[in-house]
Amino acid sequence: MKKLILVLIIILTGSQVIFGQSYLTKNGKISFFSKTDLENIDAVNNQVVSVITPQTGSIAFSVLINGFLFKKALMQEHFNENYMESAKYPKAGFKGTITDLSKVNFTTDGSYNITVTGDLSIHNVTNKITLPAVIIVKSGKISASTSFKVKLDDYKISVPKIVESNISKTIEIKVDCNYEPR
Amino acid sequence: MKGIKIILLFCLLSATAKTVAQDTTSSLLSILEKEMEQQKDVTIYTTATFKTTRLINGHSLENVGKGVLDVKISHRFGNISEGGYELFGLDKASMRMGFDYGLTKNIMIGVGRSTFQKTYDGFIKIKILHQSRGKKNMPITLSYVPTIALKTIHFEDPKVNNHFSSRLSYSHQIIVGRKFSDKTSLQLMPVFIHQNLVTLAAESNDIFAIGIGGRQKITKRISFNVEYYYVLPGTKLNGTSNSLSVGFDIETGGHVFQLHFTNSQGMNERTFIADTKGRWDKGDIYFGFNISRVFSIGKKH
Repeated sequence: MKKLILVLIIILTGSQVIFGQSYLTKNGKISFFSKTDLENIDAVNNQVVSVITPQTGSIAFSVLINGFLFKKALMQEHFNENYMESAKYPKAGFKGTITDLSKVNFTTDGSYNITVTGDLSIHNVTNKITLPAVIIVKSGKISASTSFKVKLDDYKISVPKIVESNISKTIEIKVDCNYEPR
Repeated sequence: MKGIKIILLFCLLSATAKTVAQDTTSSLLSILEKEMEQQKDVTIYTTATFKTTRLINGHSLENVGKGVLDVKISHRFGNISEGGYELFGLDKASMRMGFDYGLTKNIMIGVGRSTFQKTYDGFIKIKILHQSRGKKNMPITLSYVPTIALKTIHFEDPKVNNHFSSRLSYSHQIIVGRKFSDKTSLQLMPVFIHQNLVTLAAESNDIFAIGIGGRQKITKRISFNVEYYYVLPGTKLNGTSNSLSVGFDIETGGHVFQLHFTNSQGMNERTFIADTKGRWDKGDIYFGFNISRVFSIGKKH
């Protein structure tokens, strides 16, 4: 009986490692681009927090809006003040799952094209999105990247008429995260 | 017996696996939350306390960014009470053009030229304390703004022995302010002005004043501003009154338009704080505007 308990404990703790293992990054990168004839706007945030759990295919991101860095100070100010209202809505985030999890072998090195679906929250508006992404497994580490487009209208971010031609209605977003086992 | 044990083991195992799996799904967000909490351990500096570096006539506690050139064109029109013949003062305009530049995040310099008494002026604005929260908690922003002004208008009496130094005046101003909320900001501005030459021997060369100003945002891009300078009675020049201005800031991308009503016609510290001739109660109100356009000319970051 003692032996059984011991085996049980070993298996249990072991299973936790296998099933409960998740990967984390605290310095993931999200950048975005707005391209118009008049002006290109881009900003980057290198403090993205993201967790991925291979067992369940769950993936989540969180990012502080005021952590986006622009080349022009005034753009950054307007981004926070007028468009994202970061004092009111400090974070943006995503939580979702990999829908074709079976495609990915987290124990074998390789590059896997996947589809992720879930809820994207920006400016206090949440929308369901589905997008393609790439997962790269290399010597026990996972990295994930994707790029997709969001419409400002979908997230109730209004652009006044006078600067309409300076800011694109759809913004391209790029995500790049290198995860470490947690 | 052995069979039962094995079955039991499998049951337990599968149950555990399930629990653990479920647990990770829900705990994913709590892990995120925990990590985000740690991120809060950085200092977040308050920005956009005011829309531009001037409240109305005087300085706000804002600086322009590093490497940013801010070109300011300001007008003050004639007295509104002059009526329709002068188109409520619009026929007469006094203007100042100014060029401000951000040397660093916290130090900016500027020069300007006003048509009023053909005055050149220059200033430095140094942000000493910057309102912030997070790791470093600072409730206020504090700036120091020394200015110098040079009148180049001909001396009233060219026959007497006039000195170049008589054309100069100086001011030293401390600006203490706070962004109380997204919409409301207030600042206090104690100021000391020294003029090398005053009209009458009985008048003080040194003038002390205390200013108070604030803004209330009406929409994301429009704010209502008030600015008042109270000159300490013992130092007030004859025939002058305190400067009171009310106005709106309208921001559109790289431009800020400031439209206001004021009893001051001058646009440098000496003229609007120490030498305001107009009185609101007599209807000496001047309409004016400042237009600010910023250009990023320096190296990025």
